[in-house]
Amino acid sequence: MQHTKRTLWQQSKPWVITLIVILIYIWAFSGIDLSSIKETAGEVTQSILNGLFHPDWAYVYTGDGEDLINALIETLAIAFLGTFISAFLTLPFAFLAAHTKRGFSAHASIGKFILTVIRVFPEIVLALMFIKAVGPGAYAGVLAVSIHSIGMLGKLFSEAIEDIDYGPNEAITAAGGTSLDGMTLATFPSVMPALMNYTLYRFEIAVRSASILGIVGAGGIGAPLIFALQTRNWSRVGIILLGIIVMVTVIDYLSGQIRKRLV
Amino acid sequence: MAEKGTVKIEHVSKVYDNGTVGLDDINLDIQSGEFVIVVGLSGAGKSTLLRAINRLHDVSKGHIYIDDQDITTAKGKQLRHIRRNIAMIFQNFNLVKRVSVARNVFNGRVGYYSSLKSVLGLFSKADKERAQENLKRVNMLDKYYTRADQLSGGQQQRVAIARAMMQSPTVFLADEPIASLDPKTTRLVMDDLKRLNEEFGMTVIVNLHSVPLAMAYATRIVGLRDGKLVYDQPIENVSEQDFADIYNESEVQD
Amino acid sequence: MGAALPEKQFSQKWHVKGLLTIILLVLILLTSMKKVEVTGDFSWDQFFEIWQEMAHPDWSYISVIIQPIMQTIQMALVGTLFGTILAIPFSLLAARNIIKSKLILSIVRFFLNIVRAIPDMLLAALFVAVIGIGPMAGVGALTVFSFGMISKLFYEAIETIDEGPIEALRAAGANGIQVVAFGVIPQVFNQFLSYFLYTLEINVRASTVLGYLGAGGVGLYLDQTLSMFLYNRTAVVILGILVVVMVVDGISNHLREVLA
Repeated sequence: MQHTKRTLWQQSKPWVITLIVILIYIWAFSGIDLSSIKETAGEVTQSILNGLFHPDWAYVYTGDGEDLINALIETLAIAFLGTFISAFLTLPFAFLAAHTKRGFSAHASIGKFILTVIRVFPEIVLALMFIKAVGPGAYAGVLAVSIHSIGMLGKLFSEAIEDIDYGPNEAITAAGGTSLDGMTLATFPSVMPALMNYTLYRFEIAVRSASILGIVGAGGIGAPLIFALQTRNWSRVGIILLGIIVMVTVIDYLSGQIRKRLV
Repeated sequence: MAEKGTVKIEHVSKVYDNGTVGLDDINLDIQSGEFVIVVGLSGAGKSTLLRAINRLHDVSKGHIYIDDQDITTAKGKQLRHIRRNIAMIFQNFNLVKRVSVARNVFNGRVGYYSSLKSVLGLFSKADKERAQENLKRVNMLDKYYTRADQLSGGQQQRVAIARAMMQSPTVFLADEPIASLDPKTTRLVMDDLKRLNEEFGMTVIVNLHSVPLAMAYATRIVGLRDGKLVYDQPIENVSEQDFADIYNESEVQD
Repeated sequence: MGAALPEKQFSQKWHVKGLLTIILLVLILLTSMKKVEVTGDFSWDQFFEIWQEMAHPDWSYISVIIQPIMQTIQMALVGTLFGTILAIPFSLLAARNIIKSKLILSIVRFFLNIVRAIPDMLLAALFVAVIGIGPMAGVGALTVFSFGMISKLFYEAIETIDEGPIEALRAAGANGIQVVAFGVIPQVFNQFLSYFLYTLEINVRASTVLGYLGAGGVGLYLDQTLSMFLYNRTAVVILGILVVVMVVDGISNHLREVLA
């Protein structure tokens, strides 16, 4: 009896799951008015594409410090400094969140929770808070990136710390070394490449977020982009988009090359 | 010259936090220049015993004297100075994989330097020469600048021996040194240990699984079973049948 | 054989690589600091004022944000679905073991790389400009964003499949579509579902802030409360985001473990 019951459930299981998924999606589509597209959408798309194919080349370099190159360098500087600071700020959190012993560990659970909260806390809100503290500009962007990055870096770092092989450390202890010797001569050189790899990866992401922080006034290419969009200066939008795409692609490529050599 | 390299183990017991008995009232008196091979099944307490000798594990009861100094009660600097005289090599070699062979070998000398100096890599010229000498002894000098992770297992273990030799030890511990090696490199590593024993009169204590190797290299065989010392004979008195007893009876118990 | 000390290479002797890296790093660091105009000025008063107000959340605001939070999830669901549907043909076109033409491969991959290079918020800004304010802009941004990400995950998954069944199908005279339907998809189906869920997680997180630019969802209320300095309400919005993201991550992680 029980046997037939189970096969019945097994038979119907895929259908039940399909039904649930369909219901979820009916609900999802009900919340979004698919027809709510501006009549001018086609026109604007055409203008943007037109801008992309006829970018405002003059904006690339004007010499007055208000050009594309300048804004892109500022974006990179925000991402670089933010990630650099974040890597140091992350270390204590990563050690807190690392599960180095078997079984349940209160400090690791607390650490992981803190990291999740930081990761989910919107970067834009952080940027606005720092603008309050240091005024608008790239510096606020740096601070926002350095705090926000702790969330993801901490997760990655703590995994690297969990993977540490303590054998070499033990060998140093056995030779009469102090625990500081073990840390610096064995653990540090072993874990360093992994940490650098993750930091570079996070830098790639920081470049992307630094290019939008300007939307709230935290420096970088975001501000001129939003301004160009609002003033419908499509050729300017085009050149800025191209600039961002080229910058992100080049950074991804360089960072990928370095990371390949780290292993 | 007073004989250096004696290990005296008195009524040593070890109970792990989870209640497992690792060692149960072990008494051993090892003289300078002996080549002791400890045999027994996995989990019999061989590793625990070796790690207790240089206090990588604390013991629950009893005392261990290295050249009449009690390592079980030593603290801080004193402990590090006793450890300096006890070299150890491991089953997994425990080299720092991402740095050069030379750096790994220097690491064996940390007990003689302040942390600041060793961290900055300020090793004396004499110690650099010592490192080259020790690498030459295990035939690895040509790998001086090579990164440790580019070496084979056997080569890594030989570098580990050179690192251990940097301590200028009187006692040499080897915890399953050949368990991750192929038969040919096994011979090389065991020969290296034998040479240290014969040329420098160093006391060598090795954990092993292999009966033929134990018969070939040891001057004394010690058998452990369930944390107890069940066998202790000079090699002259050992027969293959004795090994069967050390291993078999515990199998019956299982 | 191992008796001689090897000649030290020039680069090893002077630690060329290490030194160059450090010099380069310091140079970039100094340039960046100059560019950003890092100062010691930090108004802790202003900073703590926000936190103090956020520490007293206006709980009554929950009723206002529940509906937009639901819309955030709806946007993520729809965006991920559209993105996935678009990604399937492109991931097949970008997989080395499906498409043998180098030209097609490199064109498709170049296109995918460009799509992936555009940050999600920037897509939202563009879609708001094109479609107008509202959740459709968010769906558009998330569609393109997940399209870029899923295409890559999918074609990498396709490239790791077992060639055996495909050869067998070809030998039996199957055409391209049949090969994909009977040889490729059954092998990667679970992985695809897992990646779909993973992308959904990221999209839920992204869609919570897209509204800041007018692209629908709860992000709009971030903008409103922040610009009116109602930080006690901002706190409620952030807490709401936190709960939603953690719940969705939890469910998705669980489902992905079942699939693995």
